[in-house]
Amino acid sequence: MRTLILDTADRIFRDICDQVLIDKAEKGEWPAGLWQTLEESGLTQASVPEERGGAGGTLGDGLYFLKTSGRYAAPLPLAETLIAGVLLAQAGADVPAGPLTVAPVRANETIAVVGGKLSGTATRIPFARNASAIVVLTSEGLVVVDPAQVTIEPGKSMAGEPRDTVIFDGAPATVVGGAVAFEALMRLGALARSVQMAGAMEGILAMSLQYVQDRVQFGRTLSKFQAVQQSMAAMAGQVAAASAAADAAIESTEAGDNGINIAVAKARVGEAAGVAAELAHQAHGAIGFTHEYALHQFTRRMWAWRDEFGGEPYWQAELGRQVAKAGADRLWVLASQT
Amino acid sequence: MSTALTYPPRTLAPEQDAMRAEIRAFLEKDYAAGGFSRGQEAMARYDIEFSRRFGAAGFIGVTWPKKYGGRELTFLDRYVIIEEVLAAGAPCGAHWVADRQSGPLLLKYGTEEQRERFLPPIVRGESYFCIGMSEPDSGSDLASVRCSATKVDGGWLLNGTKLWTSLAHVCHYMIALVRTSPLDPQHRHAGMSQMIVDLNSPGVEVRPVYNLAGEHHFNQEVFTDCFVPDENVVGEVGNGWEQVMSELAYERSGPERILSTFQTLVELVRSVGDNPTETEARAIGRLTAHLATLRGMALSVAGMLADGKMPITEAALVKDLGTNYCKEVPEVARLICSPEDGAGGNSTYESMLKTATLIAPSLTIQGGTREILRGMIARGLGLR
Repeated sequence: MRTLILDTADRIFRDICDQVLIDKAEKGEWPAGLWQTLEESGLTQASVPEERGGAGGTLGDGLYFLKTSGRYAAPLPLAETLIAGVLLAQAGADVPAGPLTVAPVRANETIAVVGGKLSGTATRIPFARNASAIVVLTSEGLVVVDPAQVTIEPGKSMAGEPRDTVIFDGAPATVVGGAVAFEALMRLGALARSVQMAGAMEGILAMSLQYVQDRVQFGRTLSKFQAVQQSMAAMAGQVAAASAAADAAIESTEAGDNGINIAVAKARVGEAAGVAAELAHQAHGAIGFTHEYALHQFTRRMWAWRDEFGGEPYWQAELGRQVAKAGADRLWVLASQT
Repeated sequence: MSTALTYPPRTLAPEQDAMRAEIRAFLEKDYAAGGFSRGQEAMARYDIEFSRRFGAAGFIGVTWPKKYGGRELTFLDRYVIIEEVLAAGAPCGAHWVADRQSGPLLLKYGTEEQRERFLPPIVRGESYFCIGMSEPDSGSDLASVRCSATKVDGGWLLNGTKLWTSLAHVCHYMIALVRTSPLDPQHRHAGMSQMIVDLNSPGVEVRPVYNLAGEHHFNQEVFTDCFVPDENVVGEVGNGWEQVMSELAYERSGPERILSTFQTLVELVRSVGDNPTETEARAIGRLTAHLATLRGMALSVAGMLADGKMPITEAALVKDLGTNYCKEVPEVARLICSPEDGAGGNSTYESMLKTATLIAPSLTIQGGTREILRGMIARGLGLR
C-alpha cells in the first residue's frame, strides 16, 4: 500500500511539479492541475479514514507522501491539509474536500468563540487564501471556517508561499469537534515541516551531485576535486541524519509514541537544513544564486520551514527541559528510545 | 547515480528488549558492588577482572556458535549489549577487539583448529586480541605496510614494526597484517596476509607510546625474526587485504563512535540540574537531538549487518558524523558550564570534561581519518 502511494506520488510530481509550475505558484497562480491530480489519487487525504472522507491510509502513509512532496518543492498546502484532516478525524469530525489549512499557528494568538461567532486574528497562516476551509483551534473546540466568511490579508514566506493574516471577527462558529491542545498542533506541524525539509534535502543533494559531475572547471569535472568531494560527503551526512531523524519521528508517531522523537526531528533536521543549503549553494557557485536555476526553490523553502512550528531553539529547549527533568541517569534511556 | 544514503528506522524485537534488561541488570549490580568505575571512551579503558565477569555472565561472543561457547544470538542482541556497556562507561577494553573483530574474523576465515583453540577463552573473557594494521609511515594508507613475513620451515619469520596498537600491552595475541610478497606498485593490495602473533613469543618487543593525556593506551611492537607457525595464518596467504576490508565495516559502525564522550554529557546534565536556563536547555537539547539521531543511524547499520548486508559507506558516514559529535560535546559543555568559573559543582563533571577534551583529537583519526571516511562517502555517492 505505502509503496503504491509513494510511487504514484513520485510519478505525479515528476510529471507535473516542475520549475515553471513552482515559479508560477510563487507569483500567485494556484497550481490547480497538480492539486486536482493529487486529490483524485487520494493522496491529499491519505491519512484520513475513509468514513471521514479520506483514503484510509495510516498517518505514516501521509507523512511519507509529504516527504516525497518535499523532494519536489511542491508549492501546495499538503502539510496543512494533512494536519487539518488528522486533527478533524481525531476529534471525530468529517473532513471537507479541497485544500485545508489550520489556525492559529503561534501560541500567543487566540481565536475565541463569542456568542456563536469567532473573534481574533491569526498571522502567517499558510495558504489561507487557497484553502477551501480553515480548521480553527478554539477553546470551545475545532471550528471549520469558510475563508469567504473572514478577512484575509495576503502575506508571503521567503519561499513565496502564502502566509496570510486572517481576521476571524464575526465569522459563524459551529464547533465540530472537541478541543485540541495547541501543543498537539505544534507537534504535528513540527513533524510535517521536518519531513518536508528532509525530502527537500534529498532533492538538493541529488541536484548538487548531478551538478558537480556535469560542471567542468580547470579541465575536469568539479566532482574530481578532493575539496568538492569532501564537502559533498559532509552534505550527504547532514541529509542522511535529517532523513533518519524524520523517518524515526514518523515511525514513532505512527506507533502512538509520545516520546521525544518529534522534538529531536525538528531540532536536528532544522539544523541540518541550514548546513545542507549552505553546502549546496557553495557547490553550485554563482548559477545557484540565480532565479533561473531551480536550487533556490528548495533552499528558500528549507530556510522558511525550519523556523515554522518552532525553530531549532524552541525544540532544543523543549527537549533540554525534558532531559533535565528526567535527570542525568535517565538520559541514555531517553535518547535510546526505539 | 546513487543519491542519498538511507538509514531505515530499525525496531528491536522483544528478545532484544529482554537482552537489554539482562545487560542492564548485570551492569547495575556490578557497579553497585564497586565492580567498575565509569569513564569515557570505555573501549579504551580496561579492567581484566571486569572482562572476566562480563565473559562469565555470557556477554562476549554472543553471536558465535554454541560449540565455541557462544549463544548463537543475533547481531542486534550484541548491538544492545555493547551500547549498554558503553553508555554505562564500563571498562570493556580488554576483550573489546577480540569480541568485535578477531572472533568474527576467525569464524569467517579461520580454520576449525583455530576456532576451537582461540574462541572459547575469548568468550570466557580471558583471552585478548589487538589489531596490527598501522605502522610507522603507514596510517590510513594501509596498502603501504612494510612489516614482512618470510617463509621458513613450518611457519614464517616476522620482521618489522607495528604502531598505534591499542592495549597491546594487555593482549595475548595480535592479528597482524603483513607482506608475504614484496610490494608490487601495480597491485598495491596484493601479497598481504593476516597472522595470529603470540605476543609472548621470542622476537616481540612491546613498547609503550604515551598519549597527550599521559596515558598508556597505544604501543609500538618491534618484530625481529619472530616465528609464527603455519597454523597461525588466518585465511589464505595473499588474501589479507580483502579480509581486512571486511573487518572495517564492523569497526566503523558501532556505537563506540557516538558514545566516546557520553559521560561528559551525563555529568553536564547532572551539573545543570532539573531547572535549566534557556541557554542550558537549548545546549543540552541540541546535543540530545544529535545523540538520538546518531543512535538511530547506528542501530540501522547494525540492522543492515544483521541482514547480511555490507554497509561500508553507511558505516563510514556514521563514524564521520559520530566522532565529530563526540568532539562537540566537551566544546559545548565548557561554554555553558565551565569549572573554571566555579560552575559544574562536582568533581566528576570536571574530570569527565577534562578527559573528553584530551581524548577528542584522537576520535576523528582512529579507525580511519575524517578525510579518508569522507573520501569513502564520496565514492559511495558516485563522485570517484
